[in-house]
Parts: sequence; C-alpha cells; structure tokens
Amino acid sequence: MKKLEEQFFKTLMILATLLIVGSFFGIIFTILKKGLPAMNMDMITQIPQGGYYQGSKGGVLNAIAGSLFLALGASALALAASLPIVMYLNVYLKKSSVLGRITRLSFDVLFGIPSIVYGTFAFTLMIYFGNKASLLAGIITVAALVVPVMVRTMDEAFRSCPKELSDAAYSLGATRWETAKVLVLQAVSGIQTAVLLAFGRAIGDTAAVMFTAGFGDHIPSSLASPAPTLPLAIFFQLSSPSEAVQARAYASALILTFIVLVISIASRLLGKRLQKNKTRS
Amino acid sequence: MTNTPHISVQNLNLYYGTRQALKNININIPDKKVTSFIGPSGCGKTSLLKTFNRLHDSALDVRVAGKVLVDGENIYDKQVEVTHIRKKMGLLSQRPFPLPLSIYGNVAYGPKLHGVKDKPLLDALVEQRLKEVALWDEVKDRLHTPATGLSIGQQQRLCLARGLAVEPEIILGDEPTSALDPKSTHKVEELFLELKNKYTIVLVTHILRQARRVSDYIVFVYDGQIIEFGPTEELLLNPKEELTKDYIRGFFS
Ligand SMILES: Nc1ncnc2c1ncn2[C@@H]1O[C@H](COP(=O)(O)OP(=O)(O)OP(=O)(O)O)[C@@H](O)[C@H]1O
Ligand SMILES: [Mg+2]
Repeated sequence: MKKLEEQFFKTLMILATLLIVGSFFGIIFTILKKGLPAMNMDMITQIPQGGYYQGSKGGVLNAIAGSLFLALGASALALAASLPIVMYLNVYLKKSSVLGRITRLSFDVLFGIPSIVYGTFAFTLMIYFGNKASLLAGIITVAALVVPVMVRTMDEAFRSCPKELSDAAYSLGATRWETAKVLVLQAVSGIQTAVLLAFGRAIGDTAAVMFTAGFGDHIPSSLASPAPTLPLAIFFQLSSPSEAVQARAYASALILTFIVLVISIASRLLGKRLQKNKTRS
Repeated sequence: MTNTPHISVQNLNLYYGTRQALKNININIPDKKVTSFIGPSGCGKTSLLKTFNRLHDSALDVRVAGKVLVDGENIYDKQVEVTHIRKKMGLLSQRPFPLPLSIYGNVAYGPKLHGVKDKPLLDALVEQRLKEVALWDEVKDRLHTPATGLSIGQQQRLCLARGLAVEPEIILGDEPTSALDPKSTHKVEELFLELKNKYTIVLVTHILRQARRVSDYIVFVYDGQIIEFGPTEELLLNPKEELTKDYIRGFFS
C-alpha cells in the first residue's frame, strides 16, 4: 500500500515536471519554426517600413532599442527604489515589527495587481498632468510594476543572511548603515536574481507600456519621445490580416526570447565575476 | 577580588517577551583575566554575554533592565554611544562568521571603519593581527582570496584577528571552539592564554576541561541565575553550592 502511494506521487511529480519542461520546449519550438523563416538581418537592423509594422519590409530595430532602454531604465530605477526599502526592512526595523509586516504584505498585494492596472493608473496621471506617452513615462510605470518583485526577492536574500553576520559587523563598531552595506555584499547573488526577474518582467510586459510608453516607427531619441516595444510590435504584427506580417510577429518573439536569454546568461557570468571581485579589498 | 573589575554587572534582568531569561545578575569581572561562564544549555550564558556589548539592541521584544559598567561607565546610559562600547570588545561566536570580504578585508574592516585609510599602515596592521592569532604563515600568500575559502578553524582565528584589529580591551567568546577540531581548539586555547596579558577575556564554554585549562575564574550559571563564582580550582574542586556540585560531578565521574 505504501509502495503504491510512493509510486503514485512519484509518477505525478514526473508528469508535472515533464509538462512544464515540455511546454517550455514547445514554446521555443513554435517560435523557432514560425519565426525563423521570417527572420533576416533587416529585422534587427532596420526600422519598420510601411508604418506600425504593417509592411513586410524593414525590421523592428526601433522596438528592440525601445524595449532595451525601457527594461534597463525600469530595472535601474526599481533597484534604486527597492534597495533602500529592503535595507530599511532588514537592518533598521526590528525583526517582525508591525511596520515591517504591513510593508511586506503591501508588496505581496501589489505583486498580484495586473499590469494593466498600473498602466491605466499611470495613464490617468499622465492625462491629468497633460503629458504624452514617452520613454520616461514607460520607465516609471514599469519600474513601479517590478518594484514588488524586486523587493520580495531581495528581502528573501537579506533575510537568509545569518543574524551572527550582522552581530559581527555591529560588534566591530559598525553603524546600522555600515552593517547594511555588509549585508548587501552577502546578499549580492540574491540581488542579482531580483534584478534579473524584474528585467524579464519589464521587457515582456505589454499592458503597462501600451498607453504610457506609446509606439512609433523610430528609435526613441530622448526620454520624452515615445518608445516602441517588442511586445507591442508582436501584438500589432500578429493582428495583421497579412500572413507575411504575422510570420514577422514570430520573428519578433524570437528576438525578444533571445534578448532575455542573453541577459540571463550574461548576468550569471557577471555574478560569478562579482563574487570574486567583491573579495578584492 | 584583588583587581578592580573591568566589567561590573549590577542587578541585571533580561526578558524575552514576558519570559525572564536572566534574573538579578550581579558580578564583577576582573581586569586582564580569563573568566569563564559555565552552565547547562539554555541557562542564559549567551544572553548574558550579549548584554556586555548591547547586542540585544536590535532584537525585538527583548528588555534589559539593570546596569553594566565597563570601565566604570554604565553602557545602558542613554548618552552612551553604542559603537563606542562595541569597539571596546571583540566578539567570537559559536561558529565563525567571516564578512563577505577577502581575508585581508576582514581584518582591515574594523580599522577602516574607525578611520584608518593609510594603505601601508593597514597592511602592517593586518600582518600584525594575523601573526597575533598565528594565522599569518598559513594565509600570507592568499590574503586577497575570499575568507570563506579557509577552514573553519582558520576562519575562527581570522574572526579573532578581525576583532583584535579594532584594539578592544575585552574579548567575548561564546563557545568559540565548539565548531573546531581538537587541534584548532588547542590553538585557540593557547591564544587565549597569551592574550590574557593584554585583554580581559570572557568565555562561555560547555567544556569543563577547557574552562579549567584557560580560566582564572569560573562563574556557574543555572536557570538565569548566577549560582557560584570563584577562582577556577576552588570552584571546580571545592564547590560550595549543591547545584554546582551536581553539575561538576556530572562531568568528572
Ligand atoms: N531571541 C530569543 N527569544 C526568546 N527566547 C530566547 C531567545 N534567545 C534565547 N532565548 C531563551 O533564553 C534562554 C537562555 O538562552 P541562551 O541562548 O542565553 O542560553 P545558553 O546558556 O547560551 O545556552 P547554550 O549553552 O545552549 O548556548 C533559553 O531558554 C532560550 O530558549
Ligand atoms: Mg549559547
């Protein structure tokens, strides 16, 4: 009887794992199969011809650049906002204080809010202040969207630092701020994971940028110009009646997937370097 | 007590929430001697040690009442700056916790905090402290590699060097050898014997033989109270209290 139970749950686990891994490869396979035929150098070196991606000539360089600017900007801004929050939660607030619990709970709630809500909220503000869609507006909106992911992931990394480590810093006469810096070093790989997750969410999000970052056929030249993004490009291309244009949507998806892949691998490598370098003083 | 006390604890009570973990502690810890705290697990040794450099400050729900005088100054006075108190003490915990820095960075951390910027001076300081804990020869070729690459015994000596580098007057050791093998334990014990000429050493230990080897005075703690305090041999061979007798008999028979 026990044996049967064991066997049953083991099979269940294997099936679940296969399902996930299977869908992952399924997605990659679909994108490759449908995207590769439409893929060419023009896709990544040209801006679209024929307006809003509806032509079958030119490329999506504008959206690649826009997405990269937006995701990098939003990740940087979110990091600048999250790190102080996490330091405050973990070093300045006493463990399990009421304020700490409320803050963590609010981030959990914010995490569950769909990105369209962030987009609409930011859009309402923009109308109120009379601003047009721009790269900056997109960056701010997406930063707000990814701060909860970042805070929660970094918070876990900080919380897993042993108490004795901060005690060690304190007993050498470190102030709270100096102790916080030690914890940042200790948590560096967790912080890296947090930024990576945030970047992935930022570059893939469509709803938050639709109204705030806008779209256009050109590479954004300043923070004030509208920023086309890959997810929106895919959306436009896929909704085209022309099959040639639809195929280009898969090529765009291929590019987006590739960027995320490159960024995760690069940040892994960078993380290893950091791990070595941080010991250099 | 012949010397003037270095640390003087007066009517100290400590509560975790509503639970009292230390009850009316009074003790004078002599200058430049080794004083060991012994007692069963959970009796409050660590809690007491932490009151000496106010490590309970950052914990929620911990209340300390009473006085701890260090060099005659009550460290729980409102005006006293906590970093100033902590700088006077080096802490060794049960397991070594190197900072996420290089070997060099660990030792130089304290001096840097307190304003030493001169590189040659820092180099000299690091060398001196690592020699003081007999680690220099083992690590001099890899000073700039991560401290976590050292063995546990080496890490513990590194943590000691790190503590000594802020030029403390007092060394607090919370079972500093409990994670070490006999050889490293022996090394650390030797170090304590050497260091007691310059520092006041307060040790928490589970090992009665260790207490006997290194300490001048022993304090027996039981259930949050100090039961007995006296010179090492006297307390171990001739305990006055029944509880102390029972505890010691448990070890030596
Ligand atoms: N942070 C805390 N919150 C609540 N209770 C605690 C806390 N730390 C310790 N205690 C309790 O206080 C008592 C004393 O603990 P302490 O760690 O000082 O004992 P100890 O003598 O150092 O024990 P050991 O020899 O096992 O290290 C124990 O009953 C313990 O459960
Ligand atoms: Mg203890």
